[in-house]
Amino acid sequence: MLRVSNVTCARGGIPVLSDISFDVPAGQALILRGPNGIGKTTLLRTLAGLQPALAGEVDHPTDEAAYASHADGIKTALSVTENLTFWADVYGQPVPDDIWDTFDLADLRERIAGTLSAGQKRRLGLARLGVIGRKVLFLDEPTVSLDGFSVRLFADWLQNKHLASGGVAVIATHIDLGITAPELDLTPFKSAPEAGGATDEAFL
Amino acid sequence: MIALLLRDLRLAVRAGGGFGLGLAFFLIVVVLVPLGVGPQTELLSRIAPGILWVASLLAALLSLDRIFALDFEDGSLGLLATSPLPLEGAALAKALAHWITTGLPLTLAAPALGFLLSLAPEAYKYLLLSLLLGSPALSMIGTFGAALTVGLRRGGLLLSLLVLPLYVPTLIFGAEAVRRGADGLDPTGALILLGVITAGCFAVLPFATAATLRINLR
Repeated sequence: MLRVSNVTCARGGIPVLSDISFDVPAGQALILRGPNGIGKTTLLRTLAGLQPALAGEVDHPTDEAAYASHADGIKTALSVTENLTFWADVYGQPVPDDIWDTFDLADLRERIAGTLSAGQKRRLGLARLGVIGRKVLFLDEPTVSLDGFSVRLFADWLQNKHLASGGVAVIATHIDLGITAPELDLTPFKSAPEAGGATDEAFL
Repeated sequence: MIALLLRDLRLAVRAGGGFGLGLAFFLIVVVLVPLGVGPQTELLSRIAPGILWVASLLAALLSLDRIFALDFEDGSLGLLATSPLPLEGAALAKALAHWITTGLPLTLAAPALGFLLSLAPEAYKYLLLSLLLGSPALSMIGTFGAALTVGLRRGGLLLSLLVLPLYVPTLIFGAEAVRRGADGLDPTGALILLGVITAGCFAVLPFATAATLRINLR
C-alpha cells in the first residue's frame, strides 16, 4: 500500500538520508529507528509530501495520507470538541462517537485546550488521527509526553482500529510501542558528507 | 474552507484573538489627527479622505502577522498543508477571515469617524463604498505578505515594509474616490479601478500565497 523506492531526502539543501526503499503492505506498520538527528523527521516530512525528495519515489493511494508532527496543531483558545470537529470538517468526516473513550478524552470534551496538560494535549493531537479517516499515517514520535497508560491506549487504537481496518503507519519512535511491526534502522542510510546538494538553496 | 474560516473567526473573538484591536487603533489614530492639526475645520475636511484611508491601511497592517504565524508555531499549518484542503483555499479563507475581523468593522466605523474629521456630507457614501471595495484587497495582499514572512522571528516589521508599498494603488484610488465625492466630482473611475485591483488580488494572490507557504514549510 505504501511503496518507497530509492528515496533521498534533504534538510536545508543537504542530503541526510540516501537510497531508502521499503514496502508497507496494508494492515502493517513500520517503525523507524535511529539516533537523534539521523533524519527521521525529514524522512517523514518527505513521505508526507511537505518537502520534495531529492531522488526516488513515494507511492501511496492519493488522498489517503496524513501526517502527525511533533507539534499537535491544537488551538489553545478552542475547546477539545471544537479542535476535533475542525479537523473532522476539514477532512469531510463525521466525529465518531467512540473517539472520546478511545483516547480517554470523555471528561475533557468541554475543556479549553489551553488548560490541558502536555500529555492530554498529545492525546487530543492523536485523536485527530482517529477522526480524519486516513489510511496512510506518518507519525513523528507520537508518544512524546504520554504516560504508560496512554501509550497503551494509543497502541491499542493503532493495532485494533487502524491497522486492523487495512491502514498502514510509518512511525518514528524511540520507545517500545508494544505493537508487532518490523523495524527499520536508518543509520546505514546516512548520506555521505560529500554527496551533492539541492539546487534551490536560494529559497531556503 | 468554511471550517477554516469559522475556526479563524472563532479564534479571533476568543480571548487573545485580537478582534477589535485594529478597529480601536483606527479609532485612536483618527481621533489623534484633529488634536494634532488643531481646530481648523476646513483643513480637516480637506485631508479627511487621506487620513481615513491611511489609518485603515495601518489598522489592517496590525493584525497581519498573526495570520499564519500562530498556525506555523503550533504546527497546524503543516497539518493543514497535508490535509485535503488545498493551500490556495486556506489562503483565501485566511484572507476572508482577516477581512471580516478587520476590514469590515473598519468600513462600518469609518463614516462615524468621518464626522469627527468634518468630512463633506456628499463624500460619506463614497467613503463607505471605497472602503468596501478596497479593504478586501488589503487583507489579501497582507495574507500574501504574511506567508512570505511566516517562518521568520520578528517578521512583523519586515512584513510592514513588504506590504505597505503594495498597498499604494489601493490607497491612491480609494482616497481619490472619496476626495472626488467630497468635491462633487464623479468618482466612478476611481471606484472601478479600486474594484479591479481587489478582483485582481483575489484572482492571483491565493496561488502566490500557497506557493510561498509551500516553500516556507520545507
